[in-house]
Amino acid sequence: MTVEPDEASEADFDVIVIGGGVAGCVAAYQLAKAGRSVVLIERGAEPGAKNLSGGVFYSRVMEQVFPDFVTDAPVERRITRNVLSFLSPASSVNIDYWDERLASPVNAVTVLRARLDAWLSAQCEAAGVMVMPGVRVDALIMSGDQVVGVTAGEDELRAHVVIAADGVNSFIAQQAGIRAKEPMKHLAVGVKSVIRLPREVIEQRFHLTGDEGVAYAVVGDCTQSVAGGGFLYTNVDSVSIGVVLRLDDLAAKGLSSSEVHDHFLAHPAIAPFLADGELLEYGCHLTIEDGPQMVTHDLTRPGLLIVGDAAGFTLNTGLTIRGMDLAAGSAIAAATTANKALDTGDFSLASMEGYRAELGKTFVGADMKTYDRAPAFLENPLMYGEVGQLLSDVLYGVFNHDLTPRKHLIATALKALKKSPMTIIQMAKLAVAAVRAL
Amino acid sequence: MAQFGSVTERLANNHFEPDDEESHIEVDQAAARAAGVGPLLVRICPAHVYSMGEDGSIGVTHAACLECGTCLAVAPPGTLRWHYPRGGFGVTYREG
Repeated sequence: MTVEPDEASEADFDVIVIGGGVAGCVAAYQLAKAGRSVVLIERGAEPGAKNLSGGVFYSRVMEQVFPDFVTDAPVERRITRNVLSFLSPASSVNIDYWDERLASPVNAVTVLRARLDAWLSAQCEAAGVMVMPGVRVDALIMSGDQVVGVTAGEDELRAHVVIAADGVNSFIAQQAGIRAKEPMKHLAVGVKSVIRLPREVIEQRFHLTGDEGVAYAVVGDCTQSVAGGGFLYTNVDSVSIGVVLRLDDLAAKGLSSSEVHDHFLAHPAIAPFLADGELLEYGCHLTIEDGPQMVTHDLTRPGLLIVGDAAGFTLNTGLTIRGMDLAAGSAIAAATTANKALDTGDFSLASMEGYRAELGKTFVGADMKTYDRAPAFLENPLMYGEVGQLLSDVLYGVFNHDLTPRKHLIATALKALKKSPMTIIQMAKLAVAAVRAL
Repeated sequence: MAQFGSVTERLANNHFEPDDEESHIEVDQAAARAAGVGPLLVRICPAHVYSMGEDGSIGVTHAACLECGTCLAVAPPGTLRWHYPRGGFGVTYREG
């Protein structure tokens, strides 16, 4: 809807934040701490009710907001083991990296959003944010090209600044004309099961001590060669496991998302991890495959800032999949921008565009740039089939003592490569591209 | 995946606040049929919200929707109207 300019000046709040995920809560908290009046509107009946993430949160950024985040917040396990797994139909090759240094300081934690987001929202409330759950924002209120508030059903709320933290589907960013329909290759669907296992069983099966945890990034047969990957993360007494499937490739390959998920969980290299487990919840979520491309669109309008997934702040570097840390980082930058605007009373586009400069000062802006070639690299279909099989075949040649005379490793590798549909040139190109992109 | 049941059985474990008054999903049957999008919606939705009727129409079980938005992302413009359910309705994740 559109209103006359004089109506626009009557603000109910300094800031309206749409969406109670990591980005929305961090932005609201920062602004309330700075003494601003803030309302946080969340469509779920409870904060976190609509939110689903794979589960690994690179959490150092949260110390800028909550100094004792890892001890105070409801986190599951501290990730000290990272496994990169190349999965083929009947074999797997893993790079298994465990490092005690990852525990001090804690670098990454597993989280379950229903618990984390409820905690974040409670921190917001304690800082003076008015948290309004169970309310769906329907539209922005415009005064000319200035965003001056939101509507929710019959209700209207006015503010000087609106922060859209409404997630990957951001209807608000679309309404503002910032985002159009995304190309399918920018998006992927994540399908996840959370499976309960006794704490001791998790520690035994995954070689973990105390509150240490493991994160698996899996590529290859986990997705039946659809571009994307599989993941497995340990929580305190459950495992989050699933697949992420790039929409263009999933559509082209004619596979069913739930069947690919089921195929991964039943894979002979994976199923033993889940034996005797109880399914707690089956869920799904849309995610962003080409964050660097998405964030090249506008991030602001007069009176409007877009943060987190809504803006496209997600990175898949092949080894790490990041969203929540970038959500928090973008929210901190947006809160700083909104705070300055409220100081000066200037809510113009130029004032809002200070957000980009704020982002540029942080790891968020830098990392989006560093990894801008990663999505193109990960488009290479060889990654989802041939590479894993080739690694297995080389190792099979090494370990399978079939009484034929042994050959040097290089000869064994070349023999496997000859058998593979990949050529030496393709493999060399892939290696060069990986070095440049990742 | 026998060990965890069918998708329908799995969803029975999830918590939903069903909106019996309005559906947040509407298929334009004529446009969807012309675009031939039905089978894609059926396979791509992780919650099996969509089904193909014998007459080629697309059935929608909106109460099972996990609200990911994948259907909207793949549906050609004009074939599907999909929005979030009204505030407080729909899925409530406990382990998301």
